[in-house]
Amino acid sequence: MTSPLLLSVQLALVTSCLLFVFGLPVAWWLAFTRFRLRFMVESVVALPIVLPPTVLGFYLLLEFGSRGWLGAFWVRFTGHTLAFSFEGLVLGSVVYSLPFAVQPFTAALASVDRRLLAASASLGASAWRTFWRITFPLAFPGIVTGFALSFAHTLGEFGVVLMLGGNIAGRTQTASIAIYDNVQMLDYWAAGRQSITLLGISFALLVVINALNRKRNWRLQ
Amino acid sequence: MSAAGAALRVEIHLPLPQFLLECSFEAQNEVVVLFGASGAGKTSVLDCIAGFRSPHRGRIALGDHVVFSSEHGVNLPVRQRRIGYLSQQLALFPHLSVRQNVEYGLLDLPRPERDARVDAIMERFRIAPLAASRPAAISGGEQQRVALARTLVCEPELLLLDEPLAALDLRLKSLLLEALFDWQREHAVPLLYVTHEQSEAYSLSRRVLVMEMGRVVADGEPQRIFSAPISRERAVLSGYENLFEAIVEETHPTLGTMTCRVAGTDLLLESPMANKAEGEAARLALRAGDILVAVTRPSGISARNVLQGRIGAIEDRAGMVELRVLCAAGASRGASEEASEETRETGFRVHITRGALQNLGLQLGQAVWLIIKTHSIQFLRS
Repeated sequence: MTSPLLLSVQLALVTSCLLFVFGLPVAWWLAFTRFRLRFMVESVVALPIVLPPTVLGFYLLLEFGSRGWLGAFWVRFTGHTLAFSFEGLVLGSVVYSLPFAVQPFTAALASVDRRLLAASASLGASAWRTFWRITFPLAFPGIVTGFALSFAHTLGEFGVVLMLGGNIAGRTQTASIAIYDNVQMLDYWAAGRQSITLLGISFALLVVINALNRKRNWRLQ
Repeated sequence: MSAAGAALRVEIHLPLPQFLLECSFEAQNEVVVLFGASGAGKTSVLDCIAGFRSPHRGRIALGDHVVFSSEHGVNLPVRQRRIGYLSQQLALFPHLSVRQNVEYGLLDLPRPERDARVDAIMERFRIAPLAASRPAAISGGEQQRVALARTLVCEPELLLLDEPLAALDLRLKSLLLEALFDWQREHAVPLLYVTHEQSEAYSLSRRVLVMEMGRVVADGEPQRIFSAPISRERAVLSGYENLFEAIVEETHPTLGTMTCRVAGTDLLLESPMANKAEGEAARLALRAGDILVAVTRPSGISARNVLQGRIGAIEDRAGMVELRVLCAAGASRGASEEASEETRETGFRVHITRGALQNLGLQLGQAVWLIIKTHSIQFLRS
């Protein structure tokens, strides 16, 4: 049986890795496209910031259930429903934390000096090479920030997990829900222990990222 | 890929917000200076050739290597054009070392060949000792050399330079230009050099293309172009606010200058040599922005025309101030002889910034000195 804390860390890690893989192309597109309706896509990406987690969780629950399009497909494919499973939590978290990854990614990619990209092209580099050798390394601090923010945001996720996961101990009970449960049962000692651990992880993460970015800026100057 | 030494042929038709960019020219294996005021369309021409923007109509080719053709629907991406482009913003990659910057364009080559070419060019531009440094850690002149080496090591079939050395001091600049032109002669490729400085246009090349409002208005040797009289329309269009009728008083062939007297006055101006005899009438044109104003008599100055006058009008224009300065003769440099008291005054329009007006505390009626360089005086076609 997985402890709530470990489950939270696993969920956050898988989510931020997925957001790195799928969010980066979205961010690249947002940063460089001249498409006129880009603002529509930006609005959709930003929606989870303003939406109450319960509303988001409600729609995801409908979609993930066996009557939902995605849920039905998942059942046929894997034999169990997407709702009330770890995979369901991951998918929900990816949606929920999407803006926390994509927005910093986009800002970082867009801030790379276009003249460097032009220079790269005129030196014969393909778009792929320009991205991996110039754009990505120069945007790296912002990309780390996006990764860390989506990790931390998922770690503290409550409403969506509650709606989607159903608080099943060992499978879908994350730390933030366990804390709530412990408080409900007046076990302040357990709640405090879990809270201080989450606090510690989040703080350590931010310290490491800021230190990394600082060292890097110093090297580029 | 075409053979080295292919001629550049350019035809561009591109409406821009301010004017229509419409020009066509050819360049053999030579250095061609593209000269014009800022905003004349020079950089847009380079951008079209390099592939950063596309003409609405036109054709751009290096020999038989067509990089753009609206007729045949050809528009090669920048990276496939094999054109070296260097602007004043050097765009060195800040996170890569000097060596990594230089070898960036050769990453597809096998290691040994890449290393050999990078070593050779770094030796040539004397940046080998900086190989491991980052661009931010080296001097401006060194950065220029790195940027140049990075462009040239790819052996482009055409070089486009957009005032790349504007930030350098004269000595560094001439050293780098020498290295650059040596390279150009060896590789026999066309080189387009954009500048807005007439002195550069004079000295760099035997061929200058003059651009105005998106068009090439002159093409030829700099001496011929810059001494050629211009039409009154063009003078007014290109902002020569001061136009004078004058008489050639004296020619100084050895100095390459003439002394002209503004008609109906005793005011003397030293101008560049033109194809005129003493006693002949000439029309002079002078930009209001090319005149300096001093509140005390300047000395130890290279400008050959220092005129005393007084401020007859101060007019606030958008972005600057126009002074009307009335100069009588006798104040002119060299005219220390008796000034006739009956002479008419000559009015000069002078453009200065609002900051200069405040700083100098200029007021109506105040005595000032005007400073005019010989070569800022142009002749109009009569």
